[in-house]
Formats: sequence, C-alpha cells, structure tokens
Amino acid sequence: MKKLLITSLLVAASPALAEGELNLFNWGNYTSPELLEKFKAEHGVTVTVTDYDSNDTALAKIEAGGHGFDLVVPSANYVPIFVEKGLLAELDHSRLKNIGNIAPEWVDVPWDMGRAHTIPWQWGSTGVAVNTSVYSGDINTSMIFLDPPPELVGKVNVVPEMNDIVNLAIFAAGGEACTEDTEVLKKARDMLMAAKPSWLSMDYGATEKLSNNDWAASVNWNGSSMRARLANPDVAYGYPKEGYPLFMDSVGLVADAKNVDNAYLFLDFIMEPENAAMLSSFARYANGIAGSEEFMPEDMKTAPEVVIPEEHMAAGRFLPTCGPKAREYMTAIWTELQK
Amino acid sequence: MTRTAEQQQRAATTRRNWALSAPALLVLALFASGPLLIVLVYSFLRPGSYSGVEWQFTTEAWQGIFLTRDIFDGTLGWADAHLSIFWRSVKLSLTTTILTFAFGFPTAWFIATRPARARAFWLFLITIPFWTNLLIRTFAINEVIRNEGLMNTVLIRLGIIAEPIRVIYTDTAVLIGMTYVYLPLMVLPLFAAIDRFDMKLLEAGYDLYASRWQVLRRVVLPIVKPGIVAGSILVFVPSLGAYVTPRVLGGGKNMMIGNFIELQFGQGRNWPLGSALSMLLLLIVMVALLVYVRAATKGGQHG
Amino acid sequence: MANRPFSVTDLPGFATIAIVAFVALYLPIVTLVAYSFNGATSVAVWGGFSLQWYAAAWDNTVVQAAAMRSLGIAACASVLATTVATMAALGTTRTAPFRGQTAIYVAINQPLMVPEIVTAVALLIFFASIKVATGYTGLAYLVMAHTAFCIPFAYLPIRARLEGMDLSLETAAADLYASRWQTFRHVTLPLLAPGIAAGAMLAFVISLDDVVITEFVKSAGQDTLPTYMLGQMRRAITPETNAISTALLALTVLLLTAFFLLTRKRD
Repeated sequence: MKKLLITSLLVAASPALAEGELNLFNWGNYTSPELLEKFKAEHGVTVTVTDYDSNDTALAKIEAGGHGFDLVVPSANYVPIFVEKGLLAELDHSRLKNIGNIAPEWVDVPWDMGRAHTIPWQWGSTGVAVNTSVYSGDINTSMIFLDPPPELVGKVNVVPEMNDIVNLAIFAAGGEACTEDTEVLKKARDMLMAAKPSWLSMDYGATEKLSNNDWAASVNWNGSSMRARLANPDVAYGYPKEGYPLFMDSVGLVADAKNVDNAYLFLDFIMEPENAAMLSSFARYANGIAGSEEFMPEDMKTAPEVVIPEEHMAAGRFLPTCGPKAREYMTAIWTELQK
Repeated sequence: MTRTAEQQQRAATTRRNWALSAPALLVLALFASGPLLIVLVYSFLRPGSYSGVEWQFTTEAWQGIFLTRDIFDGTLGWADAHLSIFWRSVKLSLTTTILTFAFGFPTAWFIATRPARARAFWLFLITIPFWTNLLIRTFAINEVIRNEGLMNTVLIRLGIIAEPIRVIYTDTAVLIGMTYVYLPLMVLPLFAAIDRFDMKLLEAGYDLYASRWQVLRRVVLPIVKPGIVAGSILVFVPSLGAYVTPRVLGGGKNMMIGNFIELQFGQGRNWPLGSALSMLLLLIVMVALLVYVRAATKGGQHG
Repeated sequence: MANRPFSVTDLPGFATIAIVAFVALYLPIVTLVAYSFNGATSVAVWGGFSLQWYAAAWDNTVVQAAAMRSLGIAACASVLATTVATMAALGTTRTAPFRGQTAIYVAINQPLMVPEIVTAVALLIFFASIKVATGYTGLAYLVMAHTAFCIPFAYLPIRARLEGMDLSLETAAADLYASRWQTFRHVTLPLLAPGIAAGAMLAFVISLDDVVITEFVKSAGQDTLPTYMLGQMRRAITPETNAISTALLALTVLLLTAFFLLTRKRD
C-alpha cells in the first residue's frame, strides 16, 4: 500500500524532477524526428512535441495557461497577437550565437522587427493540391474549392485554417487582405457558403489522405503537397491566380516556459545551416537560414511546390496582421462557415 | 426507552454509512459533479478575446444557441446551423438506438437461448467488443468503410461495383460507426433481461395457439421492457454526446453536438457558448433519462 | 417442417441476425489485427506477414512514453477508485434504508449518466484555473479525473458481490466474540476479495480506454496511448496504429478473461 502511494506521488511529481527536457508545441507533421534525435545526441535534451492543427488552437491553449509548453510555432500574422498578449518572451540574442545566420530578408519582418521574439522555422504558400488523374484541367485557381468542377464536386477537402481559407476567398472576391470593405467580405462569405455543400470534408491530414485517395483535391500547404506527390505522383500543386497566401512560421519562447536554458539551446541549434536543412527535408518547406541551401535535399531544389514558378509569383501575398475590425469580420465569416 | 435506543442505533448506522461513502463522494464532487456547476456559471459570462472568459454577466451565450446576428446587416435570425447540428445529433442517436435494438435483440435472444455451457462462451464473445477501446473500434470500422477499405476492395474485386462507394465523411458513415460501436451496449442489458425471462411463458403462449409474432409482441416484449429501456439509455445517451466517432468518420463537416462543443473551446474561441451548449446537452440527456425511466416503471406496474 | 421439433425458444430469423451481428462485430477487429502483421506500408495492400510494425511501435519513444503513462495513470486511478468504491459499497449495501441512500447511489453513478464531453469541458475549465493559480501541471489532474469516472465501474461489481454474500459467516464470527474490525478483516474482506479484484480490473480497463476526458485535460507531453492514437488517426495512419491497437486489445482480453474467471458463479 505504501509503495503504491509513493509510486503515485512520484508519478504526480515527475515533471518537477525532469532535467534535459523541452516541450515543443508545434503544427502536426512539422518537426523532423531526425533533428530531435540529433539534438538529443548533441545536448542530452529530450524534446517532446505536442501537435496542434491551427493557430487558433495554439493561441487558445497557450492563453488558457497551465499548458507546460516551452516553445510554440505561430504563423507570421499571429506572432503580434501572441506578443500583444504577453505570451512570448523577448529573446536574449546574446544567448543565440547563430542569430546572424538568419537570411537577411527574414530578419526585419513587419510582424517581428529584428526578430525580437521569434526565429524562423519554415515558410511556404497555401494553394490547392489536386489529384490530376481525377481532374486534369487548370489547377492554378481557387475555384477548385470555391466552385469545384464536376469531377471534384464532393471530393474536395478544405483545411479548416481560418486565415488561409477566408483570405483565399477574399482574394478571389477581388479584395485585399485585412479589408474592411463589407461588399467584398459579403461576396467572400457568400462564395464560401455556396461552395460548402460541394466539399467532402473540413479536416486535416492532407498528406496522407491525398496520397491514399481518400481525397481527390484539397486546399493545402505546399510542403504537405510535395510529400503527397512523393507518395502519389498524380498529386499536383496549384498556385491560385486570384491570389494565394504566403506564410512563415516562427518559433518563439513561451513567456512562462520552464525549460528556458534548453529552449535557447534548441533555438540556437536550428539556426545551424545543416540543421535548418534537416528540418526542411522532413516537412518539405523552405527555411529562413542563410547557407542552408547546400545542405537541402536534391528534390527540393527543383520541386515546383518549393521553388515558386515565375508566372505564379505575383499572386503570392504575405498575410499581415489585421486590425481588430477586419479580424472580427473574418472570425464571424469563419464561425458561420464552420457550423 | 427502546425506541430511543433504536433511533440511536439508526442514527449511528446512518453516520457510519455516510462516513464510508464520504471519500467517494468527495472525489466525485471535486472531479465530476462540482465542475459542472462551473460550466453553468461560465455559460453566463462573456467570451474573452481569444479564450477564457471575462467576468461580466450576460445571457448572450444562451441566446447565441438559438439566435444569430447577421454580420453584415445586423439582422437577428434563427441560428439554423446550430439547430441543424442538434437535430442531426438527435436524429443520429435515435436511429442508432433503433438499429442497435434491431440487431441487438435477436443477438441477445440468441445468446440467452443457448444451452448453459455455450452461453458463457457467447457472452464472452460479446463482451470483448464491449470493452474494446472506443477509438480502436472507430478506427476498425473506418478501415472497413474507407474508399480503399475492406468493403470497397471486396466489392470491386467481386465486380459488383466499378468505383468505390464513398461512404466516409457522410452522416451514413457516422451512423454505421455509432451502431457498430454501441451495439454491445444494447445487447448486454437485453441479455440480462431475457435471461431472467421464464421460457415457460412462451410455452403457455403457444399452447393457447398464439403465433410466434403474437407471443413475441404480447408476452416477451412487455416483460423484458426494463432491459429494453436500459439498453436504449446506454446507447442513446453516449451517442448523443459522441465525440470521437463523428470526429474520425465525419470529416469535420458533419458535426454532432460533441464536436460543436469542442470547437468552442478550440478554434471557435467561445467558452461561454461551449458551456451553454454543454448544459443544454446535459438537460436533454436528463429529460431523455426521465422519459425512459417513466416508461419503464409504467410498464412494470401492469405486472 | 413437421420433422423439426417445435422449439419454444426459436424465433424465426433471430439466429441469422444474431450470427450476422457477431460477424459484423468481429470482422473489423479481425481485419485490424490482421493488418498489424502486414509487410506492406499501406493499410489497404497486403504485403506478406511481418512483425515490423510491432518492432516500430516498440522502438517508438513517443509510443513507449504514452504507453507507460497510460498504464501508470490506470494503475493509480484503479487503486484509488477501488478503495473509495469499496468503502462506499460497504456503506450503502446490506444496510437498513437510511436517509440519503438513494442520493448517494445517484451521486456515485453520476459519471455514467453525464455525457463524457460535458465532464471533459467542465474539468478543462476547472483545471485551467488551478493550473494557472498553482503553476502545477503534473499528472495528478489526469489521475484524479480518471479516478472520478472509474468509481462507478469499481462500485457496481463490489456492490453486486456484497449483496450476494452469505451473512451467516459474519454472524458466526460475531457469535464467536470477534470484534467488528476482526470480522471485517478476516471474514468479510476475503469473501469480498473477488468482487474488489473485479472492480479494480474494470476500473483499470476503463481508465486505459479513456479518450475524451484525457484529450481535454492533458497538458504538454501528457499523451496517453488513446490520445496518441487519436492524433495519429487524423494524420498518418500506418499499420503501426494497428499494432498498438492489437496490443491494447490483447491486454484488454487478458484482463477480461481474468475478470470472467473471478466472477464466475461457483456452481
């Protein structure tokens, strides 16, 4: 009986005794296990990854408190929100000797000038992935999910990530990101609501479901689409000509993190060019570290998902952080869509 | 004098019994029933900007279940989407209960009418799926009904169909999943009731020239009614609040109440609404329980 | 028709439906188990018999941690739940009706009646405030949450056993001037032991299987085996999930067999 009591106390108290631990809160399928193994071998720190599917879930969980995470990886337009709420600690650059490795174009980004709170993780685009054996027409358009062609009706999935979907709809309605023009917003809302019945599902897991033919098409991120293509050569990635979002995810130190030293070790670790390349090779997204190019896997150097073709570059737009009114409109549209 | 001693004895027993039950009640009060009160309180608060709540009394959350304001013209209208989710949940749960009964009753009857030795074996066979992890069962049925799952592969191989029948991500998939998952919960109470049923009554019925159907309807069913009620409750209540099965099989579009509640605590960022919905679900369940129990006891009184 | 003896209990079609139901119940499970031995990578294609997925799951540190956590929580919750449930059963069974007895009975069985999602949400809110206030984010929350909903599952078999127990043995002990405590320790408890063991096992299985409440209450890195599998089901379904499922299933069957043997009516 006593032994059981002690065991239960130990079980309950174990986090307090932990050494060499780090809790990373990240998007699903976004962290290279190889990288974590290497980190453990070099620094003796075990990294535990917990998945989330969307920025909103991450924000909700971190803000609720008592989560136990040390690092979180929000998208660019969410970083200011996290900072505003005091959820991210300011980074002490003197503890990051590799801070100079960040590629110059990614240092002074509007949403985190001088990288005060985050360092780059990976970046990419949101477009549409289509199984070309089901539909062989033009895939470089948002109409794949906003007005699906007959072959795709009832077979296209829409990833439930508010920012990407609502913005794609706004672009297709002729508007700009963060617009407060109610005409445009209304049009975007109506397009989405009209298209919803022809969607198969609103779920994650595109990489697997596109490769095993559960879905014929989906709004998807480029890296995930590349992985789907590697498993199923029929899957092609389209860049919507009406306008498509570009995103960058950055990793930040949670304000009430417990394993701060290990966190800095990790942040510094991923800014080494080889390690950044290792990170990219898993999820198939580009990274923001200079010098990593020579370590990148061959197929990524020429992949259409990673290297944006000339003709599609103009349509790519970085999502800024919107003002409260615009955010309110977008949330309202999204809530209506989700029901 | 004796009365007082008896009363003292009774009081002592009551105290002792309460003392013995106290630890269990404490654990439950802290970690099961008590928190429900917090949910009730939260349903009357204002949602925080991204999560949590702001301590300001409002009935907006409750209103928000039934009414909705159009974001662009500000007009108030019925929250069709909410009501359709509730309706879908009730519909699916009722259908699941009926289907599990349709399959469960013959199964329970079958087990109960086996010879004593074999009965233990069949009982064991039905208990394994009963105790198998809900997730494993949902996963198993997913593997069968997927586009490249067992069902479609076999049908295509046999040449019956050319293209896979797309069942996954529809209400049907959720229905199949729930029927599969909750079938054992219907069988076991039915079996318990049929087991106690005196088969000689059947003989009596047949002796009186009743047909099998009449015997079933007029002799068997009224007597096993408590079992039917128990089984129905055991299926209807969990299926109404189902979360895992619709999530895995429904693909995020065919939400049931459970998924919709979860949404409010995640992406939906509306804890008060989620709390109000939970309370409403609890209310519906309590009402259903009362109705069922009423029906059960009423039938029993005819003896 | 005249040749077959008229079986009183035979209802037309019932046996067929029953067999169909059994087959339908087991087919998916059997398929799942079969594919855990699949040599190929996809769940749809069969590639020869192989134990590779069991090896993969065994080597997978995340799975190991989740499994250890599941077993640990289940053990603690089961012990705690059975202890308080035994006490409660003793207090509410075989006793003259006392004030509040029904209320206690309802309160103890309340987790069976409240939908899991509602309890999960309630605990999420409740624990969130405590976590922020105390800064503690350990496993105690999960253990206590599991204990709570395991109580009715431990309670019912113990109560059933208690009700079916022969009072005469305890009366005999009392006649022999044994004190209440001695009677309890040397007569009641040993007789009750199979019921307690059965209750503990049920509680263990229930805790092991829980998905919803654990999913809502867990903090960073506190995945249990079911929540890990839920995550996998939404992303990468490989036969590794099948292997883990089969292992869990095997454990459940083992415990169930023990439960059956313990509660078998001695003829």
